[in-house]
Amino acid sequence: MNEEYSSKSLGILSDPTACREPINLKNQSRESLISNLELLVLIRKAEEKIADNVENGRIKCPCHLAIGQEAPAIGIAAHIQKGDAVFGAHRSHAHYLALGGDLRELFAEILGKETGCSKGMGGSMHLRSLKNQLYGTVPIVGATIPIATGAALAHKLDGNDSIAVSFLGDGAVEEGVLHESLNLASTMNLPVIYVVENNLFASHLHIGLRQPNDSTCRFAEAHNIKWSRIDGNDTVKLIETTGTAINCARSNGGPHFIEAVTYRWRGHVGHREDNDVGVKRSDDLEGWKKRDPIDRLARALFDDGAYTQNELDTAKLEIDRKIEAAWQQAEEDRYPLKGELFRRVYA
Amino acid sequence: MTNYGSAIREGFSYLLNNYKEVFTIGQGLWSPWYVGNTMTDLDKEFGKDRVIDTPVSELATTGAALGAALCGKRPIVIHPRVDFGLLAVDQIVNQAAKWAHMFGGDIPLPLVVRMIVNRGGEQGAQHSQSLHSWFAHIPGLRVVIPSTPTDARDLLIAASLGNNPVVYMDDRWLYDLEEDLPPIQVNSLDDECPKIVKPGSDLTIVGCGFTTRLSINAADQLSKLGIESEIIDLRVINPLKCETIIESVSKTGRLVVVDGDWENCGIAGEVIAQVTTKIELGKLKANPARITLPSAPAPTSKVLEEIYYISDKAIVDRVIDMMK
Repeated sequence: MNEEYSSKSLGILSDPTACREPINLKNQSRESLISNLELLVLIRKAEEKIADNVENGRIKCPCHLAIGQEAPAIGIAAHIQKGDAVFGAHRSHAHYLALGGDLRELFAEILGKETGCSKGMGGSMHLRSLKNQLYGTVPIVGATIPIATGAALAHKLDGNDSIAVSFLGDGAVEEGVLHESLNLASTMNLPVIYVVENNLFASHLHIGLRQPNDSTCRFAEAHNIKWSRIDGNDTVKLIETTGTAINCARSNGGPHFIEAVTYRWRGHVGHREDNDVGVKRSDDLEGWKKRDPIDRLARALFDDGAYTQNELDTAKLEIDRKIEAAWQQAEEDRYPLKGELFRRVYA
Repeated sequence: MTNYGSAIREGFSYLLNNYKEVFTIGQGLWSPWYVGNTMTDLDKEFGKDRVIDTPVSELATTGAALGAALCGKRPIVIHPRVDFGLLAVDQIVNQAAKWAHMFGGDIPLPLVVRMIVNRGGEQGAQHSQSLHSWFAHIPGLRVVIPSTPTDARDLLIAASLGNNPVVYMDDRWLYDLEEDLPPIQVNSLDDECPKIVKPGSDLTIVGCGFTTRLSINAADQLSKLGIESEIIDLRVINPLKCETIIESVSKTGRLVVVDGDWENCGIAGEVIAQVTTKIELGKLKANPARITLPSAPAPTSKVLEEIYYISDKAIVDRVIDMMK
C-alpha cells in the first residue's frame, strides 16, 4: 500500500504548498455550486463579523471560529434530509449555518439573547436548530460522538432510512470514546457518518506532537469501518464523497468515516490568528490561505463560465447587508428573563 | 409474594410490553451473572434488538442511549455496578443533566441510567460503591433509590415514562426482599417524595435503599425497648423534598439519618442541614446524628467488612445513646 492510500498518512493533503489550483467541478450542477459558494461566503463573513465583535469586546462568550475550514460542513449539509440527526462540537458555527440555521439566531445566541437558537442559554458552543436537523453541538471534546452513534441506533431500531452525523476534530480522536463508539457502530452496523475535520491542530498542539501518524483514518480501519480521506478544502469532492457515504448508510450499508483535511486560519479560540503557537503554524498559515476553499471554488466557476467575478461581488454586497441587518437585530434583542434560569432544569 | 429482583423485571416487562419506544442497553443483559434475576429472559421475550447486550463500553453505551432518547426512544442503560458506571460520568453529568437547559429547549430526554449497588462479599474497593450523593449534587438529574419491591418496579416505570434523565439505583442486598405487589401505579416522578414507612413518636430515622431496611430492622428491636421510631424512606434524593422529614422531626424532636455512602458532602449531611435550617427553633431535643460508611474505601477482608458496613445494631446503639 503506497503512502497516498495508507490509512496512516495524509501524504500531500497536509502540504500547504499543494492543492492550490481551482477545483474540478466535475458534473455537479453549476446552479447548486453557485449557491454553495455563496453559502461559504456567508459563513466566512458571518464568522469575520463574530471575530470583529470578539475583538471589540461586544462578544464575551468563547468563540471557536472555522474560518478557512468551512467546506466540510457544506459537503454534509448538501445531503441532509428531514429525520437525520447532526451533531457538532465546539467549532460548529459553520455546521449550523451550512445546514440552514438562521443568522440572527446565531448572533443572538452568541450574545446571550432570548431570540438565540438556544434561547440564549447556550452561547457559541451550544447550538441547536432542530428544523435544520442540527440536534446539538457541545464543547466537551468527543462527547457527541457516542450521542450521534445512538441517534443512528434509534434510526436503525425504527427501520427508516435516516442517518446521523458526528462532526469532530483531529483532537477528538484522542478521546477513548471515539474507539468505543466506532466499535459499537461497526458491530451494530449503524447508519452514522463520522466526519473528522482534520485541521492538524488541537488547541495549540500540532498533530505531529500528539499522534504517531497524522491520518485519523487508521482508527476507522481498525474497526472495519469504510473510510475516505479527502482534501477538506475541495467542496466538490466533499459533496461527492459525503453523498456516496450517506447514500450507503441510508441503505443499511453501515457507518462511514470521512477525514477532511483542512486548516483553520484563526487560533483555537477567539479572533486572533495565533500564528506564534504550535510547530509549523507560522510557516504554514500563509500557504494554507492559498488553499482557500472559497477562492478555489470561485475560480473554478469563473473558468467554467458559470459565474463571474461581478456576480460574486454583487452577492458579497448582499451578504454583507444580510449580516449587518442580522447583527443589528441581535444586538437590539432582549436578554432572557431571570426565571429562565430554572425553567428547564427539570421538564 | 414477589421479591425485589423480580419486581424490577416486572417493571421492565411492563415498559417493554406497553411502550414500543422503550429499549434497554448495557453489559451483561443476556446473562444472570451481571443483573441477577432482574432481567431474566427479557431478551428472549422482547428480542435482542430491544434488550441489547453490549461491548465493554460504558461511556459510548450511555452516550448512545442519550442520542437515541433525543430521537424519540426511551432507553434504559444499565451499568451492573456503580463503580463501572463512573466511566460514563461525562454523558450523565455533562451531557444528559444539562441538555435541555443549555439548549434552551423543551427537549424531552427520557433517559434512565440504572446502576446497581453491589457491595460486600469481599468484592473490595472497586465493586462496592454507592455514590448516590454524587449524582444527587447535579441539577437536572433525578436520582431514585427504591427500598421496596413495589418501588423497585413502579419507580423504574415512572423514571422511564418521564421526560428527564434519571439515575435509578437498585441494591443487590435487597433482591430477596419479598412483598405482595399491588397493581402497577404509573406516577410522575414529580409527585414522588420521601415517605413514612413506619409511624412512631420518639424519633425520626431516615434511610434510603438498603439503609431503610436496616432502619426498619433496628426499629423493631428499639420497639421492644419501648422506643417508637418513625422511619422515613427517602426514595428520591434529587430533587430532594424534605417537608415530610421536617414535619416528622417537628413531632419527634430527634433525627438520625442512616446512609450507605460516605459522610463528607453526603445525603445524610444534606438531610440534616435541610431539617436544622428549616425547623422551628426549639423543636430539637437532641443533636441530629448520621450513621454512614467510615471514610475509607471498601475493604475486602471479611474481618474489615464487618466493621465497615452499617449494621442494625449500630443504629440501635446510636439511638439508645441519643435517647439518654
